[in-house]
Amino acid sequence: MRVILALALILLAALPARASEIIGALSHNRVSLTANFSGSEILIFGAIRHDTPLGDDAPDYEIIVTIEGPRHPVSIWRKARRLGIWTNVEAVSMGSVPSFHAVATTAPLEQILSPEEDARHRISTAHAIRPEQATGSVADVDSFTEALMRLRSADGAYQSLDRWVFLDRNVLFRTTVALPANLTEGAYTTRMYLVRDGVVEHQFRTAIFVRKEGLERWLHQLAYDRPLAYGFLALIIALVAGWGASAMFRFVRS
Amino acid sequence: MQIYLPIAEVSANALTLLGIGTGVGMLSGMFGVGGGFLITPLLFFIGIPPAVAVATGVNQVVASSVSGVLAHFKRKTVDLKMGTVLLLGGLIGSGIGIWLFRLLSNLGQIDLAVQLAYVVFLGIIGALMFQEGLRAWVRTSRPNPRRRKLHTHTWIHALPFKMKFRTSGLYISVIPPILIGIAVGMLAAVMGVGGGFIMVPAMIYLLGMPTKVVVGTSLFQIIFVAGFTTVMHAVTSFSVDIYLALFLIIGGVVGAQVGTQIGMKLKAEALRVLLAVLVLSVAGKIALDLLLMPEELYSIRVVGRH
Repeated sequence: MRVILALALILLAALPARASEIIGALSHNRVSLTANFSGSEILIFGAIRHDTPLGDDAPDYEIIVTIEGPRHPVSIWRKARRLGIWTNVEAVSMGSVPSFHAVATTAPLEQILSPEEDARHRISTAHAIRPEQATGSVADVDSFTEALMRLRSADGAYQSLDRWVFLDRNVLFRTTVALPANLTEGAYTTRMYLVRDGVVEHQFRTAIFVRKEGLERWLHQLAYDRPLAYGFLALIIALVAGWGASAMFRFVRS
Repeated sequence: MQIYLPIAEVSANALTLLGIGTGVGMLSGMFGVGGGFLITPLLFFIGIPPAVAVATGVNQVVASSVSGVLAHFKRKTVDLKMGTVLLLGGLIGSGIGIWLFRLLSNLGQIDLAVQLAYVVFLGIIGALMFQEGLRAWVRTSRPNPRRRKLHTHTWIHALPFKMKFRTSGLYISVIPPILIGIAVGMLAAVMGVGGGFIMVPAMIYLLGMPTKVVVGTSLFQIIFVAGFTTVMHAVTSFSVDIYLALFLIIGGVVGAQVGTQIGMKLKAEALRVLLAVLVLSVAGKIALDLLLMPEELYSIRVVGRH
């Protein structure tokens, strides 16, 4: 921790003099998905450079950290009873929603950020999914976008972490965000916002790169780039395993 | 121990996967079935995407069928000619099934289609097996069993394109076996099963094949149909997960050997009733899921992925 704080201070010193600014870094910006990947914890830390010396009347700063996973199109289905059977009947599609979204703050979001600023920077999950892009021939599009947030929150893909960022002496801050095991490959944009009086004063952006590694990467690429070869590989493995097993047990029994 | 499955893109517990493989392998050893009809729904239950569950289930069927057919080749209880005719139909059926699978996936109705197929087929087959098994059980406890007629002439024998099947001792039209093959091939592609549970009764009751060649011949053609279906699923929907298949296969082959030993100690008729009960309970569980109001009405599907 001491090393990190020292690093943060060095970063801080390198900043040019302007209005209050935020600068941050990550404990690691690469996450490898391998067979035994069971999630990863990222430490996010940084510092605030103040434009005025910190006196007793210094304003209260708040920090918001967001991590947004790669966006992809989704369709949200709702079941209804048809001929006595519960089946997918209505759907709403959204062109681009984050596969992962975490918001960590120093205090409850609605207390430290004005609704206008939230909407402008799309900070809270409700704004980050851009509910206005949802289209479908249903009367209540809202209940579909709410279901998206509810389902994704339940499996840890969308996280709301109030009072999760620790701000030390109004200068240094740090937080940890747990990335779940079922991550999508791609760039995870990490934004750190410096907030004062409900308004974003400055922001800093960096990214975490998540990619498959090793055998998993090779298999995934083979499956998508040369599906025929992959299909035959699967077939051969099954044939050899089936034949090998019966041969082995014959040998054991005799 | 959690492992990340590269194609399913979810993490699953390795022990759970091995357990499913071993459990189903034991049952398949005991009852002489492929077990695909149990593996695929179990994979649904642990959260594997349906497309991956079906395609990988089919891959596992290849391994268990190869394991089984070798023993039958040794005993010369495989009718290669009949098997080839059936598998021609099977390949056509599998092609149709793959196309249907893609179509239903795009409509968002693949889960329903797969579940309905399971309820209907497992329900019918389970009920028939249960009735047949009970009757056989009662019959064995009587001193003088009634003999079945060796040969009955039905409309099947009036069809054209007749062919001689020496191993089975049959002279029948190739149309019924090809139609049976097509039906089973479609089931393989849509449900992720080998289709032995349909194939075996169809061969006995519709084609009149002798019971001793039925299982070997069915396994022989399943290898090809399931193999073809695996490759087709890999090419059209990129949904075969080799890691997942490997865990199921390893558990499966070990379980099958244990199951065979247990199966030899049990009475054959009792075994059939047990299998029927098992098939019916899987069908019942899936039917309940469709009929009772689900806890969560909404589901999310990522477009362009499984």
